[in-house]
This record gives sequence, structure tokens and C-alpha cells, in this order.
Amino acid sequence: MARPLINVPKTVRRGDSFEIRILIAHPMESGQRRDEYGKQIARDIIHSFLCTYAGEEVFRADFFPAIAANPFLAFTARAVETGRLVFTWTDDHGAVAFDTVEIVVE
Amino acid sequence: MQRRFLLAAGAALLALPAAPAHATRTDVAAAISALTKGAPLRPGRVKLDLPLLVENGNTVALSLAVAEPLPPGERVLSLHVFAEGNPLPNVINAFFGPRSGDPHLATRIRLATSQTVIAVAACADGSFWTDSVELLVTLAACVDEI
Repeated sequence: MARPLINVPKTVRRGDSFEIRILIAHPMESGQRRDEYGKQIARDIIHSFLCTYAGEEVFRADFFPAIAANPFLAFTARAVETGRLVFTWTDDHGAVAFDTVEIVVE
Repeated sequence: MQRRFLLAAGAALLALPAAPAHATRTDVAAAISALTKGAPLRPGRVKLDLPLLVENGNTVALSLAVAEPLPPGERVLSLHVFAEGNPLPNVINAFFGPRSGDPHLATRIRLATSQTVIAVAACADGSFWTDSVELLVTLAACVDEI
């Protein structure tokens, strides 16, 4: 899978809630469409996403075919400690995209 | 080019079986009751934000937030979205860990037709809250071919 785009503030104040915005390139083929010969196109979507912050789960999502192509997500986390945010996407082929961002808590 | 595309599109439409399968209101109700396990569903707390008139059903900006301040010690565990007019009832399930900030979620979804979209929030005390938006879709997702 393609390299994701991740938007996270570099530094946050302790106790504040900060927004995480992410975008990853993926066709998210719904399995509902047919090709020009009327044959069903096989489903191929990212079905799960996980975000951990300093080793603890912050946010997890199950996607269904109703999520648009190139899935975008925005959610929030609370600044507790300086650490690493780890993002993992898994698709129907078992392909896993993985990225990390360091965040500094003041 | 355009004429050939139209011919191909017409042929594809003819080749389709009678009607595309759609999730029905009962499918959505079944999916929601599988989630709540019979607990009452109350309006409030969660706020679903979607455009009322959708020009392109392939990408529709959806945002979900918890509208009112929660009682102390209370926490939203998960947010769920269901669509009554899509081929499948589920859209997204989102789960918030103890380190998540304000329960808030934004994404982009597909809508197959004009319909009602329903959001459900599950709170830590076992209560469930809901909000829904009835919208019009002018260009539907899921019917285009490659």
C-alpha cells in the first residue's frame, strides 16, 4: 500500500486534546460494482485501522465498503506523554500499511 | 468517445439483474439491535453532521461529535454509522481507547441513494444514543462501471 499522509501537531501541551488527520491511497473496491462485461469486481477494501500512542490503543476502526476510496480519518487523542504514534491499516489481501510519528508533550 | 461510453453504460445497465440489493430499514434495525443488545436507544449526546443535499455520492464528508458535555466519569466507547439505502447496512465502527481526546470522528463515505443515515454512540455506562440525517443524493455511488 502507498505511503500515508499524516497530519499531527509536532508539540502539544500536556492534558490537551489534539487532532490526528490521516489519508491513505487505496481504491476501496466495494465488491458491488460490475465491469463492462457485467462481471462482479471482487471486493478489496481496507477493513481495519488501528492507532496506538506510546503503546496504548487510542483509536480503532472497522471500515465497510461504504467508506470512500482513499480513506480519510480524523480523530483526537489526549496528550499524556512524549511518545510515538503508530498507525496500521490492513486490507482484504492482508497487506498492511504502517507508519509512525513522534509527538512531543510539553 | 462519449457516445461509445453511453452505449457501454446502457449495455451494462441491461446486463444488471433486476434491482441492486439494498440494505433495508429492517437490516439496519437488526444491525443496531445486535449492537445495543436490546438496550434502549435515546436521541441526544451524539451529533451527526452530513450535507443535506449530496451532489456526488462517491465521497460525502461525514463528521460525528458528542454534542453535549458528558457527566463526570462518563466516556464514549464507540461510534457507529449505518446507512439504510446502501447495499450493506454498516458504514463504520470506531472505538475510542482511554487515551483518546474528545470523542470526534470525521471521514468520507459513499451513499448509493437518497436515504437516512443513522449514528449510534455507545457510552461506558451501557447507554446508547442516536442521531440521524435524512439526505438527498443526486449522483449515486456504486453504480458506475470501469
